[in-house]
Amino acid sequence: MILRVLLLCLLMAAPAFAVEPGEVLDDPALETRARDLSKELRCLVCRNESIDESNAGLARDLRLLVRERLVAGDTDEEALAFIVDRFGEYVLLNPPVTGSNVILWVAGPVLFLTALGVSGAYIRRRRSDTAPTALSSDEEARLAELMDD
Amino acid sequence: MAVEDLGCPWLPYYHQSMIVELGHFALILALFVAGLQMVMPLVGAHKRWSGWMAVAEPAALTQAALLIVSFIALTYAFVVSDFSVRLVTLNSHTLKPMLYKVSGVWGNHEGSMLLWCLILAVFGALVALFGNNLPDGLKARVLGVQAAIGVAFLSFLIFTSNPFLRLAVPPLNGRDLNPLLQDPGLAFHPPFLYLGYVGLSTSFSFAVAALIEGRVDAAWGRWVRPWTLLAWVMLTIGIALGSWWAYYELGWGGFWFWDPVENASFMPWLISAALLHSAIVVEKREALKAWTILLAILAFGFSLIGAFIVRSGVLTSVHAFANDPERGVYLLAITGFFMGGALMLYAFRAGAMQAKGVFGTVSRESALVLNNVLLAVATFVVFIGTIWPLLAEMAFDRKVSVGPPFFDATFTPFMILLALVLPLGTVMPWKRAKVGRVMRPLRIVVLLAFSVAALVWVVQTERSLMAPMGAFLGSWLVFGAGLDLWTKTGTDVSAKLGRALRLPRSDWGRVVAHSGLGVTIIGISLMLAWETEDIRVAHVGDTFTVAGYEINLARVDDIEGPNYFSTAAELRVSKNGREVAVLYPEKRVYPVAAMPTTEAAIDNGIFRDIYLVIGDEQPGGGWAVRSYVKPFANWIWAGAIIMSLGGFLSLTDRRFRVAAGARKRPVGVPAE
Repeated sequence: MILRVLLLCLLMAAPAFAVEPGEVLDDPALETRARDLSKELRCLVCRNESIDESNAGLARDLRLLVRERLVAGDTDEEALAFIVDRFGEYVLLNPPVTGSNVILWVAGPVLFLTALGVSGAYIRRRRSDTAPTALSSDEEARLAELMDD
Repeated sequence: MAVEDLGCPWLPYYHQSMIVELGHFALILALFVAGLQMVMPLVGAHKRWSGWMAVAEPAALTQAALLIVSFIALTYAFVVSDFSVRLVTLNSHTLKPMLYKVSGVWGNHEGSMLLWCLILAVFGALVALFGNNLPDGLKARVLGVQAAIGVAFLSFLIFTSNPFLRLAVPPLNGRDLNPLLQDPGLAFHPPFLYLGYVGLSTSFSFAVAALIEGRVDAAWGRWVRPWTLLAWVMLTIGIALGSWWAYYELGWGGFWFWDPVENASFMPWLISAALLHSAIVVEKREALKAWTILLAILAFGFSLIGAFIVRSGVLTSVHAFANDPERGVYLLAITGFFMGGALMLYAFRAGAMQAKGVFGTVSRESALVLNNVLLAVATFVVFIGTIWPLLAEMAFDRKVSVGPPFFDATFTPFMILLALVLPLGTVMPWKRAKVGRVMRPLRIVVLLAFSVAALVWVVQTERSLMAPMGAFLGSWLVFGAGLDLWTKTGTDVSAKLGRALRLPRSDWGRVVAHSGLGVTIIGISLMLAWETEDIRVAHVGDTFTVAGYEINLARVDDIEGPNYFSTAAELRVSKNGREVAVLYPEKRVYPVAAMPTTEAAIDNGIFRDIYLVIGDEQPGGGWAVRSYVKPFANWIWAGAIIMSLGGFLSLTDRRFRVAAGARKRPVGVPAE
């Protein structure tokens, strides 16, 4: 019985999922924008979850804040800037392409171009290679050794 | 300590037996055997002492047998709930169903490391058993290197995370396994992943052994490929299981989160896929040798980095279960030692790997080089995104997050390129190809793929390009695989079936695996483009419509499971008045772990999943209900299963079994 009561408390305490029906905005266009923004914002108390996915109370507060800003007429960028001002850059799941983050963003494409260059050179070299040359002295010795076996 | 010693005769009976000590002893003995297996064959191979080299095989078998004993002992402790073992107390409970008592063995850091060591030893034993065709020196070196990895991990296990430690005063019951882990999907997710991670150690051992010998030839490519293939198949299954679990368990139907732990398993998968393809070039054409060796080293390197990421907790993530700096440092040392050592050896020896094969700019070889470039760069993108938060904080004192938007934007382009190039590569002949001749039969494939994309465009109500593009890429791969099969079976249409059946299994493997990738691409893009979500408050008796389905909340009950309490709803789903499904989503609470979970109810279909979740009772009456209709969701995992099936088919190819004396035959003769 005590267990049951305890459980009821737990059930009350634990929200089942992220976006609750009460949070949803009446204007579907605004709601869609709010959802898209939520997916780009990190839940600060969770591990690697967006506020759109998170059950945490803080995530809910942030979701409501995003909606408040949108209802107040903010553009998506203004709403994000408003939140970054208060919670820091850490809140953005999409790291902005500024300062040192440029390295992060260009690393892949730069490596790709480099790899294309290197492999292109390799393929050209393979192509121009002449037919197999005569055996080297090492190989001759090895061949002789194998033939003796 | 026995119960009587505590002077508590009223304590209930619990199991405590010598078997645990036996397991502990076997574990320590395995470390010594691994030490022998490391030193003697490596020294023996160097000095050409055949007696010392011969130690490798029996030692590998003994080490595996000892670890099997050890693992069985730990499993026994979990099965009988021996709470005098600390690990059992922390991770089990008498009320837990048997399946989860057993899966609890590896549902924690210590037990999963024991499983890791066991698999490492079993792979060594398999090399000993099935490596009859390997030259003695190479075999001894492979087993020696494999044992070196074993020594590192066994001492890590014994000295920092011993699973057999006892408690002086055993408690009456355990603390239960994390309820999220009490799930059939997740029970088998880690063993498959470990088979994959650890399987790559064998490719690594082959690479290091080849570097020590200073020789890589076609035969080496043939020997290393099945091990890589096996590891890749296991990784595919493991990743698919994890993603499927996330889909139905986390309560909103996401299947991939770009979480550091997921990335940790994805990076070895991508790199081993690259390795699989470059090893073919080594085997058939004796080119790309140094690169293939490097990939084999890096593939295991990413497994080690993955182990480090998951277990050190430096990159906090949803499902890391061991966050311990001391263990992290140890694992970093292991990673540093094996990667540093292997790469140093590589720097000295890679120059000696002379490539033999000559090929034109347009050829199968070039296509496989491009495959490798794309897969390697994609791996790098995942890697830098995963560690960037750490790098940025250390180097620039900047706290940033790198989440799905980054990975979606930077990883996807490479996969699109890969999918575009893939069918071109498969119909390309080795050595030299004429562009015109290769392209001609592909025209029909392009046409077919475009028709599918057009159909998708017409059918959809959204105006997004994602679905048609995904459908094009996916069907381009599937039809391309069909063309691959068609061109391999000659021109005589009546003889095609017979010829197809007689094709080498590796040809079938390639066709099947590539179409699996196509199926997955179709699944991901159509589901993401077309899914419908509905969040609302529903009262019992209410009916609402989601994407053409009428959903009726029939009732909500409290029920009791073996080790949880649950709120279960009954929802009736119908379409045009005909009942489609009755679904029972639940909200559970596991009292021992004091943790709630959502159990979504899913009606699986070939073309759509109906995915229902029940939430809280609302203050104004009624229940929060979330409904999703997810088109083509199952194609994602079906594609993964098809891919792994392709891998299995390839693994059973005759040339891997009958490769005896491979080095005696003239090298460089293509088997096709």
